[in-house]
Amino acid sequence: MKIRWFIYILVALAVAVPILAKIYFPVKRVSDSTRMVYDYIDKLPEGSVVIFSFDYGPSTAPELQPVAEALLRHCFERNIKAIGIALWPTGKLLGQKAFELVGEEMGKRYGEDYVYLGYRAGFSTVMLQMGEKIGKVFDMDYKKRPISQFPLMRRVKNYKDIDLLVDLAAGDSVEAWITYAYTKFDQKLAAAVTMVIVSQLYPYIQAQQLVGVIPGMLGAAEYEKLIDRPGFGMLGLSIQSIAHVLVILLVVIGNVEFFLARRRR
Amino acid sequence: MRQRIPLLICFICGMTMAIQFFIPHQYSQALYEEAVNWLRVIAVFGFVIGLGTLLGIHTRRIRRGGSNAFYSGVLIAGLVGMVIAWLADMKEERFFDWLFYNVQTPLDSTMFSLLAFFIVSAAYRAFRARTLEATLLLVAAILVMIGNIPIGNNIWDWLKLKVGFLPEGLPVKVKDWILFNPNMASRRAIYLGVGLGGVAQSLKIILGIERSHFGGGEE
Repeated sequence: MKIRWFIYILVALAVAVPILAKIYFPVKRVSDSTRMVYDYIDKLPEGSVVIFSFDYGPSTAPELQPVAEALLRHCFERNIKAIGIALWPTGKLLGQKAFELVGEEMGKRYGEDYVYLGYRAGFSTVMLQMGEKIGKVFDMDYKKRPISQFPLMRRVKNYKDIDLLVDLAAGDSVEAWITYAYTKFDQKLAAAVTMVIVSQLYPYIQAQQLVGVIPGMLGAAEYEKLIDRPGFGMLGLSIQSIAHVLVILLVVIGNVEFFLARRRR
Repeated sequence: MRQRIPLLICFICGMTMAIQFFIPHQYSQALYEEAVNWLRVIAVFGFVIGLGTLLGIHTRRIRRGGSNAFYSGVLIAGLVGMVIAWLADMKEERFFDWLFYNVQTPLDSTMFSLLAFFIVSAAYRAFRARTLEATLLLVAAILVMIGNIPIGNNIWDWLKLKVGFLPEGLPVKVKDWILFNPNMASRRAIYLGVGLGGVAQSLKIILGIERSHFGGGEE
């Protein structure tokens, strides 16, 4: 009981100290899977269209919100158009926040440079219907204005007009996008996911069904390094670094104790 | 009869959609588009059933009383409160947004953050190298963790500076190798198994061999 409380205090300190002291550990190397997404977006010509699907909730927002913001900054910097959607009800307002924040910060015009369409229920059926006509599922934007009034949406009909779809996911939506958008409509896909589910997506990278995967907080920090705009991702990764070191130390101590106890027996 | 008609509908729909996938004709495409429209309508019924079941379970708990009745009351208050907030300000949704950012977001984050404490405590108590498999898992996990954090790479760079002959960026390379090789191979094997299982299960449902979705029992 005493050890458990001691561990809890250590975890609290490992998280609180880097936040209060603003400790940053420099990110020197970038994972291959993150660089793949960056390179793909970086090579898109100006005026290309990228869709962002916000399929996560507030519990995973600390990991995925910095990625969303970094990706949007990269797109806007390169004059790439962005469209936002949400297939999770909780993702709707998180996507809205990211689009409003970065759109305003980069001086982009709503309707011409970016549009946020909000949430629609139906998951796989939404993915399938977007392949026929996006306006059939998203007839209005998040403020209930008809999408026909936006110049960007007048030239985007279905997946054929989308150069890349990025799924920001905390669940199994990436697999669904691969099944319904990639397999049926040949839509190019990338994913930014929480660290917990990143390992299950590697077969899709090798099969080139995903152009790349951005792994959670690490990916956020790496992407911020690539676009040279440090943000919460870098601070978050520093906090995570200290927590990971704590976990490694505790596992080592636990195993030393285990082997000593076994030898005594 | 109560089972035969749904079985027949299931068989016709399943076979039609399976065959349709391989026919690129415009009629086949129109059928597909219609089926997708139907799917969205059917999905809405799922919400109604879910909401009805949720309210049913928790109103029964409140009526029965006991220590958990309070939590059921909070759940229903939250559910009704969010609906009222949305109905009251349907056009701008300002109050609804406020509730999301200031109530749901911190509550959700707090619940998830608590996991960190339990995971670290569990890692200390349960992550033991008892067998060869457990040891391999432990070593792989630690190597991936080291490769994932900047501290690991910074320490390696410092060592390289001191020792000299060490390879460049080894922690990240080791992590990438583990994820792109043993991890990917095992995942692919699992996916193939799951995929084949899914096909077999779907065929069993379409052909009426598997009937557990009717609630079990013989006709």
